[in-house]
Amino acid sequence: MEGQELPYVLIDSIGERYGVYVDHLGFLKKRFHLITMKEYLENKTFLSKKIRAIYMWYHRPAINEELLQSLPNLKVVASSGVGIDHLDLKLISSYGVKVSNTPFAVSTDTADMGMALLLASARRLVEGHEMAVSPDTEYFPADWLGVEVSGATLGILGMGTIGYKVAERAKAFEMKILYHNRNQRKKEEESAVGAVYCKKIDDLLQQSDFVLLAVTLTPQTHKLIGKRELELMKPTATLINISRGLVVDQDALVEALQNKVIKAAALDVTYPEPLPRDHPLLKLKNVIITPHVGSATKKTRWVMMEEMAESIEAGLAGLPVPREVLP
Amino acid sequence: MEEGELPWLLVNEIGGIRGILHSHVPFLKKHFHLITMKEFLENRKDIGKKVQAIYLWWHKPVINKELLQSLPNLKVIANSGVGMDHLDLKLVASFGVKMANAPRAVSSTTADTGMALLLASARRLVEVHNISVSPSVEKYCEADILGVKVTGATLGIIGMGSIGYKIALRAKAFEMNILYHNRTRRKVQEEQDVGATYCKKIDSLLQQADFVMLVVSLTPQTHKLIGKRELELMKPTATLINISRGAVVDQEALLVALQTGVIGAAALDVTSPEPLPRDHPLLKLKNVIITPHLGIKTNKATYMITEEAVENILAALNGLPLPSEVLPS
Repeated sequence: MEGQELPYVLIDSIGERYGVYVDHLGFLKKRFHLITMKEYLENKTFLSKKIRAIYMWYHRPAINEELLQSLPNLKVVASSGVGIDHLDLKLISSYGVKVSNTPFAVSTDTADMGMALLLASARRLVEGHEMAVSPDTEYFPADWLGVEVSGATLGILGMGTIGYKVAERAKAFEMKILYHNRNQRKKEEESAVGAVYCKKIDDLLQQSDFVLLAVTLTPQTHKLIGKRELELMKPTATLINISRGLVVDQDALVEALQNKVIKAAALDVTYPEPLPRDHPLLKLKNVIITPHVGSATKKTRWVMMEEMAESIEAGLAGLPVPREVLP
Repeated sequence: MEEGELPWLLVNEIGGIRGILHSHVPFLKKHFHLITMKEFLENRKDIGKKVQAIYLWWHKPVINKELLQSLPNLKVIANSGVGMDHLDLKLVASFGVKMANAPRAVSSTTADTGMALLLASARRLVEVHNISVSPSVEKYCEADILGVKVTGATLGIIGMGSIGYKIALRAKAFEMNILYHNRTRRKVQEEQDVGATYCKKIDSLLQQADFVMLVVSLTPQTHKLIGKRELELMKPTATLINISRGAVVDQEALLVALQTGVIGAAALDVTSPEPLPRDHPLLKLKNVIITPHLGIKTNKATYMITEEAVENILAALNGLPLPSEVLPS
């Protein structure tokens, strides 16, 4: 390899649906020789030995054993966002490859999205907008009401960085905050946001007007919210999911919404994404769905890209990898 | 009036499109003998003498000279909500009738509406929800649906009364940089508690804000407060949020500004009129969210408004100071 050649980095595509953003190319091309999956597949023999890093944007390109086996010089996988449930960390590590994510860059935007969904659902914003612009609307009825956010009880499941930032925001709305977490937070942290620890998830579910999911997806949190949990919730309660679709038993959720076991749901994540076009969730008036846009702001996506580039460069230079995720 | 009889309270209607909420009626009937406009009009002479108070719900019944003249024993008019721009305060006062609004009940809920609109607009919530639930597979690039970061952005609050201040409290938790413009400057401690910077000149606020939130009362001074000049001072990436009154904005100028990219987006809980005509161009703009005057539309807030109104009416009828009297300026 020539002295001045930039390291070869595998990406999914450029500018397509899930591709590397055209706006980000300038920055990345100064540091890396980008190879798209299409280019790689067309010239595997030559490129497989050159590729030393993978830039995973929107979880693409997907990493499996076959790919790991064909990239003998792969050193680093940089994954966008904080979730790493789409990666087999043990498998990747067994090939001597390091993995990094971007946990802090996404935290405020994701917390903001959680609040946006909570407020939009409570105040029936999407329905209201539809009424305001519908060609059939003649008047706004006086008895068309939403539910109060100020002073209501918010139950946060998963009080990590994102969950805590949601609590900080909710406190300003005079909300009463309950939380359930693997570990209890320090007293000062609890006091700062006025959050009360619920050791038993049932206690949180029974008291909350809004239940917000901010957990990581793990075998323990898979279908954390199922029929039993939904039935413990108040019939006037709203479920907000900004974690992963699989944290919720989706079929049980559909039933609960249809039978008014809970009042409403606001989901930034589903399983799969996107849902099939005939899925019942798409038709329910009391459901808001957004296409996994928790961290989807221009500023944050730029920071994520920079952080991923930094992690790759460090990994390739044999230095400690910033934001490394250990198996 | 016979001993022990409840005072007569005139309301526009009960139930229906704009009427008093059915759920509020038992509470009202505890304190008053309710009379609807329909009942009043059927027997103006006899009923007119009995009416001592009016509870205005969504600005109805319309208070004019004719009505005031037919209610010789009217003592007080209580308004649902805080805005009084639909009332001729001087006219009402000239008949010796007191007026009250309901400021306590509305402030948190209306502040919540403002924040809901700000977040929904910034994160393109309506647009991306429509993509998510569209019956056909929507072809789009992820890069094309990016929103604007709220945390750390600059919010300019025009009108820092109770509602404006509650918005500042909420925005502070989102680490927003807060500027405000108001008739009078707030106390230093109040400014510090929310980290708000006073902009004596509205221009200064408009030039720096990523989000401009209108929270003023509608008065002759605030009529068309935001026009072509003000919109052009705003950043081309800025969003205008209106939770005050439609007439505070020059709506035609706003339309042009949105169509030509002078500002980035708008989120309007109030328009002129409400609702807008169905062929109005504002309804079709992708970068505009319009909501049906959500303001205080929650079960809790509406009930609190009625409670506050009853408190004011009873005070007036008992010759006591009103908790939230509104005097003609």
